[in-house]
Amino acid sequence: MKKTFSIGGVHPDDNKISAGCAIEVLPVPKTVYISMAQHLGGPAKAIVAAGDKVKTGQVIGEPTGFISAYVHSSVTGTVKSVGLRKDLAGIPVVHVEIEVAPDEWAEGIDTTDTLVTEIPQDPKFIVDRIKSNGVVGLGGATFPTNVKLCPPPDKKADILILNGAECEPYLTSDYRIMIEKPQQIIVGAALMKRVLGVDHVVVGIEENKPEAIAKMKEAIASLSAASSDYDGIEVVTLKKKYPQGGEKQLIDAITHRQVKSMGLPIDVGAVVQNVATSLAVYDAVQKNKPLIDNTITVTGECFPKQSNLLVRVGTPLSYIIDYLGGVPETAAKAISGGPMMGKAIANLDAATLKGTSSVLFLTEAQTRRNPETNCIRCGKCAEACPMGLEPFLLNKLARNGMMDELEQNAVQDCIECGCCLYSCPANIPLLDIIRVAKGDVIRIIRSRTAPKK
Amino acid sequence: MNKLLVSPSPHIHSKTSTRSLMLDVVIALLPSVLVTILFYGWSAVVILASSVVFCVLLEYLITKYLLKKPGTIGDMSAVVTGIILALNLPPTAPWWVAMIGAIVAIGVAKMTFGGLGQNVFNPAITGRVFLLISFPAIMTTWGGAKGFIGGADAVSGATPLGIVKEGLMQGQTLQQIFDLHDFSYAQMLFVNMGGSAGEISAIAIIIGFIYLLARKVIRPYITLSILVTVAVFSGIFWLIDPAQYTDPLFNLLTGGVLLGSVFMATDYVTSPMSDKGGIIFGIGIGIITMLIRYFGSYPEGMSFAILIMNSTVPLINKFCKQKKFGRA
Amino acid sequence: MTTTIIWTIVAITVLGVLLAVVLYLVANKFKVEEDPRIDEVEKVMPGANCGGCGFAGCRAFAQSCVEAANLDNNYCPVGGNEVMKKVAAVLGLEAKEKAPMVAVVRCNGTCANRPTVNEYDGIKSCKVKAALYSGDTGCFYGCLGCGDCVAACQFGAISMDPETGLPVVDEEKCTACGACVKACPKKIIELRNKGPKNRRVFVSCVNMEKGAAARKACSAACIGCGKCAKECPFGAITVEHNVAYIDFNKCKLCRKCVAVCPTGAIHDVNFPTPAPKPEKPAPKPAAEAVKPAAPKPEPAPAASPATDKKEE
Repeated sequence: MKKTFSIGGVHPDDNKISAGCAIEVLPVPKTVYISMAQHLGGPAKAIVAAGDKVKTGQVIGEPTGFISAYVHSSVTGTVKSVGLRKDLAGIPVVHVEIEVAPDEWAEGIDTTDTLVTEIPQDPKFIVDRIKSNGVVGLGGATFPTNVKLCPPPDKKADILILNGAECEPYLTSDYRIMIEKPQQIIVGAALMKRVLGVDHVVVGIEENKPEAIAKMKEAIASLSAASSDYDGIEVVTLKKKYPQGGEKQLIDAITHRQVKSMGLPIDVGAVVQNVATSLAVYDAVQKNKPLIDNTITVTGECFPKQSNLLVRVGTPLSYIIDYLGGVPETAAKAISGGPMMGKAIANLDAATLKGTSSVLFLTEAQTRRNPETNCIRCGKCAEACPMGLEPFLLNKLARNGMMDELEQNAVQDCIECGCCLYSCPANIPLLDIIRVAKGDVIRIIRSRTAPKK
Repeated sequence: MNKLLVSPSPHIHSKTSTRSLMLDVVIALLPSVLVTILFYGWSAVVILASSVVFCVLLEYLITKYLLKKPGTIGDMSAVVTGIILALNLPPTAPWWVAMIGAIVAIGVAKMTFGGLGQNVFNPAITGRVFLLISFPAIMTTWGGAKGFIGGADAVSGATPLGIVKEGLMQGQTLQQIFDLHDFSYAQMLFVNMGGSAGEISAIAIIIGFIYLLARKVIRPYITLSILVTVAVFSGIFWLIDPAQYTDPLFNLLTGGVLLGSVFMATDYVTSPMSDKGGIIFGIGIGIITMLIRYFGSYPEGMSFAILIMNSTVPLINKFCKQKKFGRA
Repeated sequence: MTTTIIWTIVAITVLGVLLAVVLYLVANKFKVEEDPRIDEVEKVMPGANCGGCGFAGCRAFAQSCVEAANLDNNYCPVGGNEVMKKVAAVLGLEAKEKAPMVAVVRCNGTCANRPTVNEYDGIKSCKVKAALYSGDTGCFYGCLGCGDCVAACQFGAISMDPETGLPVVDEEKCTACGACVKACPKKIIELRNKGPKNRRVFVSCVNMEKGAAARKACSAACIGCGKCAKECPFGAITVEHNVAYIDFNKCKLCRKCVAVCPTGAIHDVNFPTPAPKPEKPAPKPAAEAVKPAAPKPEPAPAASPATDKKEE
C-alpha cells in the first residue's frame, strides 16, 4: 500500500506533457531585471546603483531583517537603473536593471561540473554558505532556507523530507532535475541532514514518476556505498493525489504525524525541503554558487514547444516565450506555477524570480470559469478538502461576515490548495471567498495574541 | 490572444457540474424507467411524460415570471424530480395527478424555498405524500394497466405490503397470507407486480445504484445504512414472532425501500453532508419506515420516514463534522 | 359535553392568568436599569445603524452621547447638524457645527481613458481582485470596478456607471457615513466637504507613478506636474508622490487649477459655468479625453451643461 495523506484530496488530470523534454539552457537575454522581493519576508535592499559594473554571482541585494535573503546578479554587465518595475501581478516592486555583457563569474565560484560529494563537518559553515548564496525554498513559498534549517533551540527535527511529489498537473521541472541531477540533489539532502542533525531523510516521489524514483534510488545507492554521510536516506513512493506536495500533507503521508492548527512542521519534528531547493543547496555549499538560475517548465496543450529551461533569474517572461515562438493564439491565460495553486500572470513583461517554476498556458475552454449556481449541498468540497474543512459552510459564514464562527470552523487552517473550487459542481468561487476570510481571521487572531507579548 | 485572463487559483476545474451529476442520476434511473414502461405500457409512458413535463415547465415558469432569475432548468434537477415523482405514482393514475404532484413538488417544496439547493424536504417525496393524503384511492389502486410484456398478470389489486397489512388486520397470520397470494422473492427481485411504477423491479434499482457509485455521484453510506437498519430491525421482530412480522428480505424487496434509499434519501440537498451524518440519517429512516410498516396504519412508510429525517438534516449537519486535519 | 367545554375554558383561563403573573414577576425581577435619556436620544437618531459614527449602531452612539461630557467626539454623519442639534437639546449639551461631507470617487480611469490589458475572471469583489493583482489596466492605483463600495453603501447612494465602469455617488442620498471609504481597497473614495451650493474642486486621481508611466496607463491621470500647485493662490494644493491633492479647507473654489491641469485630472462639480480659461488655451486632448469620461457624476470642465442641476 503506497503512502498518501489521510484526508481529502483530488485527482486532476496529470498532463505532464513536457516530461520528456530534457533541460535546455536558455541564452542570456540582453537585459535582465532582478527583483528585490524574490522571497518571503522583508525585500532585499539594493546595494548597487546605476552605472555600477557587476559580475555574475555578485551580491546586489542585502537582506533586511531576520526573514529575508541575499539577491545576486545573475549576469555580468552594467546596472542601468534601480527602481520600480511591475511584477507579474502588475504591482510595482524594486528591480535592478542590468545590461548584459559576456559572462564573467565573481570570485570563489566553482563553475565546473565535477560532483563534490564530501560533506563539510561544520554545520555553521553549511548554513552560512546557504545564507550568503541566497537560497530560498523553491517549492513555491520561497521561504529563506537558512532560516528553515535553523529551528528554535527548544524544537528538534528528527526527519528531513525532500519533496519530490510535484503533485501539480503540467509541472515537470522537479521531475527533470531528479532525472538529470539526482546525485547533486542527494548531496544537497546530506548537507541539510548534517545541519539539522537528523538520521533520517525521506525523498517523497509520486508513483507517476517511476523514472525519477529509479534515478534517485540509484544515486542514493552509489553515494552511500562511498560514504557513511549518505546513510539513512531513502526514497518513498507516494500515491498520486493532489495536494501531496503540500507541506502538512507530505508530512502526514510519510510520517503519519499531523501538524497542529497554526503550527509548523518542526512542531512534529519534520523539516520539508523541495528537491529543487536541495539542488540549490548543493550548488551553494559545494560550489559556492549563488541561486542565480532555476529550471522553468514552459508548457500547455496550446503551446507548440514544450520545454524545460534553465533560466537566469531576472529574465523577462516575454523573452522566454518569444524564444520558444511567442504566445499561442489560442492561449487565454498564462500562469506562473501549476494550474491548482499558481498565480495568473497579468504582465508578461515581468521578470522571472528564484521561485518561478513554470509558465503554463491554458486555453479559454480549459480555464474560463463557469457562472456560479446554487449550492446543491453535495458535500464534494468537504470531501475534497485535505484539511477536513467544510468549504460550503465557510463560504456562507464569510459572505455573512461571521468572524467568530469562521474561526471556530478553522478557516485559518486552509492551505489554499484549491481542491474545493476545483470540485464544486455549482462553480461557487469557494476559495476566492475563503482566502479573504482566512486573511481576516488570521489578522484577528494575531491582534488578539499580540498585546499579551 | 489579446487580453490575458486573470483569476485567483485554481485555474482548472473538474468536469463535474450540477448538470452532469443530475444527468448521471437520470441515467441511473433509466433501468427502472424501462422496466416500468415494459410492464405497465402506455399508462406508464403517460404518467412519466406528464410528470417530467410539468416539473420542468413549472420550474421554468416560476424562475422566469415569479423569481425573475436566470432559468435553472438547464441543470436537469427538475427532470430528476419529475422522473422520481412518476416512479412513485401508480402507473394507472390519471395525468392530472402527476400535474398536482409536480405543482406540490416543484412549486411548494422546491421553489418556495429558493430553488435547487435551498429546499428542506425532498420535492418528489413531498409531492407523493401530498397525493397520498389527498387522493388515497387513486394512490393505492394498482393495476388495470396493460404492459408491453407480461399480459394479464399486470392486473393486480394491491402491493404485497398492502395485502399483508390488510391480512394482518383481519386477523390472518403471515403464513396464511403468503399461502394465499403466492409471493415469490424471485418475482420481487425482478418484476414485483403491484406497486408504484418504480417499485416493481429491485434489480433495475440496484443497477442504477451501482452506476451512481461507479460514477462517484453518491457515496454508499446512506443507502446501505437504511438497508441494514431495515434488515436488522425487521430481523429482530421476525425472530420474535414470524407469524406477525414479515421477514427482512420481504421488507427489503417490497415497497419503496430500495427506490427510496437509492434515489430519494441520497438527494444531495436534503441529506447530510458527512458520511457519519449520512449513517445516522439512514438509520433514522430505516427505523421510522419499519415502525410505520409494523405498527402504523399505512402499509408503507418510506416516504414519511424520509420526510421526517429531512427535517433533522440541519441538526445532523451541525453535529456531524468530519475530522479536521491536525485537530483532536 | 357542555361541562367538558366549560371546564376546558376555565382551566385554560386560570392557566393563562397564572402564567401572566409569573411573566410579570420575572420581567420585574430581571429589568435592566438604563438611563432613560438613551432611549430619548435614540429616538432622534436616523436609525440606520450604519456605523458611520464609529459606534456599533445608533443605540451605542446614543449611549456614548449620554455618557460623554460633551459632544465633541460624537458626530452622526448621517443625521448631520440637524440631528446633532436635537441630540444636544435632549442632553442639554452643545453640538459643534460641522460642514456636511460627501463621498468623492477619485479616479478618472474610465473605459475610454484607461485601456484594459487584462480580463478578470474571479469572484466579483474588489478585495479579492486587489489581493491578486494590479487590476485590468496599467494603473495599479485606480478603481477596480467590482463595486465593493456599492455593496457597502446602506443608503443606495453609490451605483456603478456601466459606461465608465466607475462608481457614481448620488449626492442627495450620500450621508458621508464612510462605509465606502472603508470598503475600497485602493483608498480611492474620500470624504470631502460638500462645499457651498455643493460646489467642489478635487483631484480625481491617486496614481503615484511618475508622470509618463501614469499617463501611459490612463490619459486622464494626475501626472504630478505641479502646475496646479503653482497656480493656486491659496496654497491649497500639494504635490506628493507624483500626485496632487487639494486641501478642501483651504480651497476657495477659484478653479484656476482646473483650467491649467494638462490631463483634466482636476474636477469641478456643480458650477454653473465652465472653468475660466487661462491665457494659453488648455491642451485639447485632455478635454477630449474627459468628455466621454464623466458625463454624470463629476462633470468635466468641458461638459458644463449638466452642471447646474443637482447631481442626478
